[in-house]
Formats: sequence, structure tokens, C-alpha cells
Amino acid sequence: MARFSGIGARLALYVTLCVAIILGASLGLYQYQARELLLQRLQENAQSRSLALVQRVERVLITVRRAIETLAGTLESASLSQDDVPGLMRHTLEMNPEIFGIAMGFEPSALGHPDRRHVPYVFRRDGRIELSLEPGAQDYLFEDWYQIPRELGLPEWSEPYYELDDDNVQLIATFSLPVMQPKSDDQRLRGILAADIALDWFTCELAEFKVLQHGFAVLISRNGAVLSHPDTDCIMNENLFSLAAAWSDSALREQARTMIGGGEGFIQNTPLFGVMAHVYFAPIAGSDWTLAIVFPENELFRDINRLTLNAAIVGSLGLGLSLLVVLSIAGSISRPLRVLADSTERIAKSDFDAPLPEVQRGDEVGQLTESFAAMRTALRQHIEWLRTTTAAKERIESELAIARDIQMSILPKLFPPIPNRDEFDLRALIVPAREVGGDFYDFFPLDKDRLCFLIADVSGKGVPAALFMAVTKTLIKSTARDRQDPAEILTQVNAELAADNASNMFVTVFCGVLDARTGALEYVNAGHNPPVLIGTGGQSPRWLKGTPQLLLGIMEGVVYRSASLRLAPGERLLLYTDGVTEAMNGQDEFYSEVRLLDTLESEPQPDLVSLLAMLLERVQSFAGETPQSDDITLLAIEYRGQGQRPIAPSSASVEF
Amino acid sequence: MLLFIVPQTRAGSDAVVPPTPLLLMLAWQPQAQFAGYYVALEHGFYHEAGIELTILSADRGRSALAALRAGEVDLAVAWLAAAIKARADGAPLVNVAQLLPRSSVVLITRVSSGVHRLSDLGGRRVGMWMGDAALPVEALLREQNLEVERVPQSTTINLFLRGGVEAMSGMLYNEYHLLIDAGPEPEEVMVFPLAEHGIDFPEDGLYVLEQTQREKSAVIAAFVAATRRGWEQAFADPEGALDLVLRRQRAEYVPANRTHQRWMLEQIRAAMGEPGENGWDWRLHREDVERVGDLLQRLDMIDAVPSDIERLGAE
Repeated sequence: MARFSGIGARLALYVTLCVAIILGASLGLYQYQARELLLQRLQENAQSRSLALVQRVERVLITVRRAIETLAGTLESASLSQDDVPGLMRHTLEMNPEIFGIAMGFEPSALGHPDRRHVPYVFRRDGRIELSLEPGAQDYLFEDWYQIPRELGLPEWSEPYYELDDDNVQLIATFSLPVMQPKSDDQRLRGILAADIALDWFTCELAEFKVLQHGFAVLISRNGAVLSHPDTDCIMNENLFSLAAAWSDSALREQARTMIGGGEGFIQNTPLFGVMAHVYFAPIAGSDWTLAIVFPENELFRDINRLTLNAAIVGSLGLGLSLLVVLSIAGSISRPLRVLADSTERIAKSDFDAPLPEVQRGDEVGQLTESFAAMRTALRQHIEWLRTTTAAKERIESELAIARDIQMSILPKLFPPIPNRDEFDLRALIVPAREVGGDFYDFFPLDKDRLCFLIADVSGKGVPAALFMAVTKTLIKSTARDRQDPAEILTQVNAELAADNASNMFVTVFCGVLDARTGALEYVNAGHNPPVLIGTGGQSPRWLKGTPQLLLGIMEGVVYRSASLRLAPGERLLLYTDGVTEAMNGQDEFYSEVRLLDTLESEPQPDLVSLLAMLLERVQSFAGETPQSDDITLLAIEYRGQGQRPIAPSSASVEF
Repeated sequence: MLLFIVPQTRAGSDAVVPPTPLLLMLAWQPQAQFAGYYVALEHGFYHEAGIELTILSADRGRSALAALRAGEVDLAVAWLAAAIKARADGAPLVNVAQLLPRSSVVLITRVSSGVHRLSDLGGRRVGMWMGDAALPVEALLREQNLEVERVPQSTTINLFLRGGVEAMSGMLYNEYHLLIDAGPEPEEVMVFPLAEHGIDFPEDGLYVLEQTQREKSAVIAAFVAATRRGWEQAFADPEGALDLVLRRQRAEYVPANRTHQRWMLEQIRAAMGEPGENGWDWRLHREDVERVGDLLQRLDMIDAVPSDIERLGAE
């Protein structure tokens, strides 16, 4: 199941959207252009088609008009009596089947008295022509057919009206015109001649006129009344302006005015006739009527709409198909990617057996999968290697720890070094760095009065340094057994060390021999840091500087020379390795010899134990969090002189 | 059961009091001006009042009052001015209900004809209805001393539309709107309501002969009450009333459309005024009768105000 945020879903969404927009736009454009084209054709077509219809209506109206004009001309030209008029009217009616009836209303003045009325009427009834001389209930003088041409002095087509005659109802329109007195010198009105035509005839004629399937023609009177319409309820009842009012759209009223305005034109998209339609309209000559032809829009554009719909269906199917294709392509990309993502997660949790998707194609996804497989293999090998290496390292580290334990265990821990001799005191401590280092100290009696003590620092670190330290320590101790002088001891040891020193290792040593009886100290400094002599009675501590001599192990045949001094009772000698003066703090500063000397001067200690403890504390607090990089080794000796009270035997104070 | 019993009861009561047949003639052809009568008839209000009513439209060339005076109908819808004139001629008419207390008659001109005030009508051709319908306009012309050429006006607006007259008579609820429905825009015509120019004659009222009033006073009262119900119903459901009116118009081949009839019904409602707590006050007031009568006499439109004019108003 593709998630919506997935590549597949997004790809499908965007592609579908793009295609849909393009499809919609092109369909819309197609539809628009097709409609425009059709409308253009329609306008040309409507004109020629409606022309025929207009002419058919016109022919009838003009025939009627001519016939009545001819009759009027006859009445005006000859001196005919009133009684001759019905005969002429009958003749005209017989000759013109379009006319339903002819009336001649006489002016009262022509009749000789204002109250006199005379209106002969010939008309058709049941296929025969009848004459009526009865005036109607209403005074004809004030009926539109008579009054309007009389008042205007012009021929007039009346607004159509219903003629209710017994059971017969007819929609009638009347053409009437003034008739003058026949004498040329008498320009008075004789009366009004009128011809009725039944509009049912038009209604039938117009109903037969086919416009598309549901289009229709509408005959409109001068006042805008609807005279023919497929919906017979509209006829005479509705009017262009009442139809317009139903839409409460002032534009429609304007359209209605345009239509009955006597011009010819084409109105697009109007609901005026009850359906959304395009309307062509033209005036009918010989009357003030208008013929409108209504082309219902939905029918007009049905073919185009159907074509567009078909295109839309095909397009939608194509869209659906392309959606499927896109989804399938997207799936073929995202599915292996999802499997890869799952596998990555499992591999991240050390499950190297997580399956990878099968490579089906050599595309980018396939390449990615292959690379991923290669990465997994490399990762697996690397981790395997790391595991063995780590195991080996752990073994080495544990062995090194053991080695260091052994290394420390060979350092003497018994203080004071010679029990029951209280002429001097000696204390030492070593704080090894994490790595095995090469510092060591040692002390042992040479005979019953003399003590040999030393501090040394082997170059380098690790196992070689530890081994070299063990060798040096053993060599010094064994050499010292039959030698009296530290120079002799170191000369001999150097000879031994330098002889087979393939690894070019060396060691700095300060070695001293103290005679407990006198406080005489003979010492050799083979390249080691100068010790500090801490005097008594306000004397500042000072460096015990001697002639610098070579380190052990570098050169064969070096002869070392001793120096000597006498320690007064209470004087102390402090030996240390560079782990003290080169201890570093966070600002990469050394503890330095200057600080060492300052500390010793400013903080005198009552005994060696507290002296060493104080020094160690100062060095460690100076270094702070900075890891200790070298062994810190301190050895202090104090001469007390003969007859001093014996000090209490101390337990081992070597600290690790 | 119930359905069976109800007609039985009806038939029983019918047998006791047979419905009184009445003939009503309207002032004109069927239109929304008379919606209340058609609604009352179709909803059976007259029937419930024990009246079997027949509604006649006015004949062409013969007014409802003429038919009433000839005894051809029992009731006629007529204007007060016409009734006063008939009374002055000795017709024993009485008013049993005065439905429209105000005048809706207007004179209409085209703005383009240059008539902006009534006084501009001097010398112009003015369309006037024939018969009693001309009374208000005639009264106006005389009252305002307007010398115009009076041209008889038919029932259509065509003479005015064709330019045969420069002013035409009309009802605000009918001819004015017909004119707008024939093309001219409202801004293109000037309308002078007579009521605003001192001629505010009450219009549609119901008239009977004194004899009818004497003999059938209870039936006439019931008729007026049923008519009242008819109008209330017509205004409560205007579209339903228009349905009835249009149906009647179709039956009598009177060209009509709903838009126009709706306008007419709205105008009639305005002319009838808001009903009071007990409905419309349909009494004809003595002061209205005297006002119209005195004016007609002063303008020489009747010879003398009839001495029994107070009898026009029903008790």
C-alpha cells in the first residue's frame, strides 16, 4: 500500500494532475472553438433560412394589404353608393382566401348624422361568405381598428385580439386604412376599410417550420405580444417584456426592445423564450411584426457536446490508464526502496541477514541495490574484523594490566628501607599512567651502613619500556651487590645495556648512596631531572645540580663519575621524574620545575609522607581533568643523623 | 363512516335552507382586481354563506351599473362617482361595501412629449374612457380648468402607443403596467395620479338596488362577509389567487400573464389599505359621498346632488 507521502503517490498525483489540466484545457479550447465556429455558421444559416419564413408571412400580409388598398382605391375613385360597397367587399374576399372578413366602417359625417352608424361586414362562415349589417354592441368608432388609422390618417395593422363569436374563438389581426370621399375636391374621410386575417393560419404555418428538433419560430407583435409559440399558453398572454420580467434581468428588457425595434439581428445566450437559446430576429415587411427564430442552445451544441463528452471519456480512460502505468512504475521504484529502507533499519540493528530486494533491472534502483549489497558485505567483514581486533586488543590490554601489576610489584614497598635504622627516612610513590610506562625507583642496602637509592625513567612507553625497566632495575641491583660507588654501578650497567641495545632504548637514572653514619651522599645523575635539596632552618629548596652525564644505554664505554655532598641532619632530597614537571593542564601548560620549587618552599611539610602526599595533590589538581600521560614518580629521603629517635615502622605507602 | 355522514348532514341542512342564488357583475373583465370574489367562490365561502353566486364579467359597451339598474343582476361592482351619478338619475342604488377607498386613476404621458406638469396638458390630445369611467379624469380637467382635446379612448393602450393621443387615462394597477410591458421604460413616462391632484374618488364598491337590500339584507350581509374572507384569503396566498384569476381569464379569452396580474394584485392590496383589528373598514362614509357628490355638482357633471344621497351608504 503506497503511502500518500511516498514517491509513488506523489508521482502519480503530479502526473495525473498535469495530464488532467492539459486534457481539460485542450477539451475546453476545442469546445470553445467548435461552438464559435458553429455559431458563426448558424448566423449565416439562420439568416437565409428565416428569410424564407419571413417571406412566407410577408407574402400573406402584403397580399392582404394590396387587396385592401386596391379595394380602397376603387371606393375612392368611383362614385359608389353605400349599398354597392358590400358587393365589392364580397368580391375582394372571394379573390383573397387569406382574408377572413372585410368591414367598412363609415364616418358619421359621411352618413349625414353624428349618431348614425353603418358598418357592413362580409366574412366567411362554414365555407360560405355572409354579410352582416348589424353594428356590434360596441361603437366601432372607438375600436382600435377604426380609431387608430382614423386618428393617425395611416394604414395600420392592429394588435391581434380574440374574436368571440358564438362558440367560435378566433385570433384575429386587422389591417385597416382610411378611405376618403370619392370626389377629388372633398378630402374628408369617408370611413375605414378593414380586413381581418385569422392568425391560426400563421400559428400552423410557423408550427410546421422546423428549427433543429426543438427550436421554434415566434411571431411577435408591435407591442411585443407573442402571437405564435409552441407553448400555446404563451400566445397572446405573454409578451417579450413580461417574459423578460420573469428573469428580473434588465438586459433581457433591452433585448426585447431591440427585437421589436424593427431591425434584424442575432442575440446569443438568452433565456427570454423559456430556454437558453440563440435567437435570430428579423422584421416582417408590410407590418410592424417581428419574427424570431429560437435555436435552443443544448440542442444546437448537442453534437459538439457529445463529441466533447466522448473525447473527455476517452481522455479520462487514457488518464486512468496512465495513472495505472505511473503507479506501476512508481511502485517498481518505491517497492525495492522500501524493502531497502526496511533492510537498512534491520542492518542498523545488526541483522545482517535482512533480505535485499531482488535486482530485476539494471536501472538506478538495481544499481543502488547492488551497491547496498556490496556495502553490507563490506560492513559485515569490517565488523567481523573489528570484533577480532577488539578481542585481541582486550587480551593485550589485560596482559598489559597484568604486566603493569608485575612491574609495580617488583618495586620495593617496605618503608623505611632498613628496619631499625632511624638515621634516615625514605619514602617513594609511583602513580602509573594508564599505559604501561618505564618509571621506577629502587632502594636497597649496600652494607650495614650504606643505602643505595635511585629513580629512573626509561624512554618510551608500553611493553618495551616495561621490559627495559625490569632489565635495568635487575641489572642495577645485581651490579650494585659488589660495587661501592654509584659511578661504578652505572658505568657497569651502561656497559651491559648499551652492548645489546638493538632497540636503541635508553634510561635516565639518578642513583645515590647514603652513608647513614655520616650523612655523606655520593651520587650520579645520568641524564635525569635534577633532584631538589630541601634544607633546614629557612633555607630555600634548591636544585642539586651536578655535571650532566649521559643517559644509560646509548653509548658503550661511557664512564660515569660520582659527585658527593654531606647531608646535614634534617635535610631532605626529593627525586622525581618528568611525569611531575611535565604534567599538563587544560591550557597545555606544564606543571614545570618553577612551580615545583615554589610549592616546596611555600608549603613545608613535617614529614616525608605528608610531603609526597601534598606534592601529588598539587600536581593532580594542576592537571585537573587532563588525562595523565606519564607516570608520576616521587622519592624523598631525609637524613636525621646519629642518635635520632627511631621512627615508627611504616606500612607500604606506594600508591597506584 | 365520517365521509358518509358529512354529505348527509350537508344535504339535510341544504334541504332546510336552500342556497340563495345571486348574480354579481364585475366592473370589468376578469383580472386580479376582482381576485377576492373568485377566491371566495372557488373556496366555497359563498356556498358556506348559503349563497349560490354567479360572477359575470362586464359586457362590452354596457356597464355593471346599467345591468343592475335593469334588474339583470343582484350586485354590481362600481365606482362611487358612477353610483352618485346613477342615484342622481334616480336609480335606487345602495352601497353595501366600499372596498377601495382611494383612487388609482392616473394620467400618463411620455416624457418626450414635454408634459412635466398637469398644466402642460393644455391644448393636448387626451385619451378619455367612455361612459362613467371618464368621470374622474373629466372632474380633474374641469377642476384644473384644463382645455384639452378629449379623444375617446378604447380599452387598449394602442392609441397612446401609436401616438394618437399625448396623454392617456389609465389605472395604476392596469394600464400603467401594460404600457411598461409594451416597451417604454418607467423613466420614459410621466404618471399623474389623480388622487394627488385633488380627485381622490373612492372606487370599487358593491351596489345593490334598495329593494334587494330590503328583501335580502341578511343574504347581502352574508355575501359581503364571504367576500371579505375571499380577499383575506387572496392576500394570504397571492399566487393561489393568481392561479384562479388566470384560469378565469383563459376561460374567457382575456389575454393575461402572471407578471402583470401579480402587479395588479399588489396594487389593489395597497389601494385597499391595511386592515384594522376587525378587518377592512368597508363602510361607505357619508363625508366621502358628500365630497364626491358636491364636487360633481359643482363641476356640472350632475344636475344636483340627489336629496336621498345618504341612502347610498348602507346602515
